[in-house]
Amino acid sequence: MTDLAIQLSGVSKKYRYFTLDKIDLELPRGQIMGLIGANGAGKSTTIRILMGLVHQDSGEARVLGHRMPAEQVAAKWDIGFASEDMRLYDSMTLAWHMNFIRSIYSGWDAAHAQLLLKRFGLRADQTIKGLSHGQRVKSALLLVLARKPKLLVLDEPTTGLDPVARHEILRELTDVMADEGRSILFSSHNTQDVEQISDRITFIDRGRIIDSMDKEAYLDRWRRLRLEVPSGIDLPALPGIIGVQQRGRLAVATANAFVPDLANAYERTGARVQHIEHMTLEEIFVANVEHSREEVKA
Amino acid sequence: MLYSFTLSQTDKRPMYLQIMEQIKQRIAVGDWVEGQPIPSIRQLAVDLQVSVITVKRAYYELEREGIIVTHHGKGSRVSATTGLRARLREQELQQHLERATRIAAELGMSPEELEDRLQEAGNQPAKKKGELV
Repeated sequence: MTDLAIQLSGVSKKYRYFTLDKIDLELPRGQIMGLIGANGAGKSTTIRILMGLVHQDSGEARVLGHRMPAEQVAAKWDIGFASEDMRLYDSMTLAWHMNFIRSIYSGWDAAHAQLLLKRFGLRADQTIKGLSHGQRVKSALLLVLARKPKLLVLDEPTTGLDPVARHEILRELTDVMADEGRSILFSSHNTQDVEQISDRITFIDRGRIIDSMDKEAYLDRWRRLRLEVPSGIDLPALPGIIGVQQRGRLAVATANAFVPDLANAYERTGARVQHIEHMTLEEIFVANVEHSREEVKA
Repeated sequence: MLYSFTLSQTDKRPMYLQIMEQIKQRIAVGDWVEGQPIPSIRQLAVDLQVSVITVKRAYYELEREGIIVTHHGKGSRVSATTGLRARLREQELQQHLERATRIAAELGMSPEELEDRLQEAGNQPAKKKGELV
């Protein structure tokens, strides 16, 4: 077995109005990857290819060492997949669904299922019909988590949930990480969730991967520099700075490859560096997407 | 939560810095003593509900500062250096002083004025905590 839970190389898929363009992606075993992108960026298509639900036109996809889509039957024993459009049977109870999954998957852990019922505040005897959106999401996740799969693939697991439900789900996802043999890939446009629990971050925009790397290293590269610029001084273009906004004597420079020398370089021009700030993933997300779209245009 | 760390969303600093600070505080107040084993990276990540890599970063930086030591296969411990508590307190004071000096400079205060203000602050009865900062 390889040390990669997921490996995509040069994966492309062409639709009439959308192209997924030579996607390369690696998720080492034991890690959580957050897949971030705007609506329609290609997150779900990527996930569907991983699950063998959509067949790529070219490129190779390996999941837990299995080639997808060819070996999807073998791969799926060890993968837990949940997405928004996954349907549970409305007229059946949660208990019925639990028994159904249990009859298929030998890895079903009944004690863990009971624990999840309690933690999620769900009742097994309730029919799906009467559940709220949050309860449905939690039910679907319970069915996946109780199987203890080696890899969890979750498409927007926290979208549309209230803060308490979101918190409950993040807690279960980080709990999975107590076992270093298990991995998670999840997509989200909630950057706060991704920032909190991911080991790796992958940015996807318009069918292309903009960045994919270690979260700490990634957050560390981005900074906002607040500058005081005396009149008569023009700020130079510096490598690692992707944008400068200036109004009067105050300027804000955004760096995507920050090194302390950048501040010195500004100081040498006569500008004064007032503050150097870290950026949240949300701020990075917006700056990065705008920057990469400008680059495409140029 | 087992170790009752609290990470703040309104704190603008990265999470690994917050984790470092809370570990330092724990040592500074004597909750974690010199030489004591501390949770494994993965364990603390699960308890804090943050990524393993974030806690790994915090431990790595703490190790570089000589505050904890990690032996592979044996986990991490608070460094057995004597005077670690005092050193952490000292470091905390230094940070506050640097910050105060910087703000004073931004306000155009002379060193003498800052000194007077420091004296004054020492004479003030402790205010309600919520009003500080």
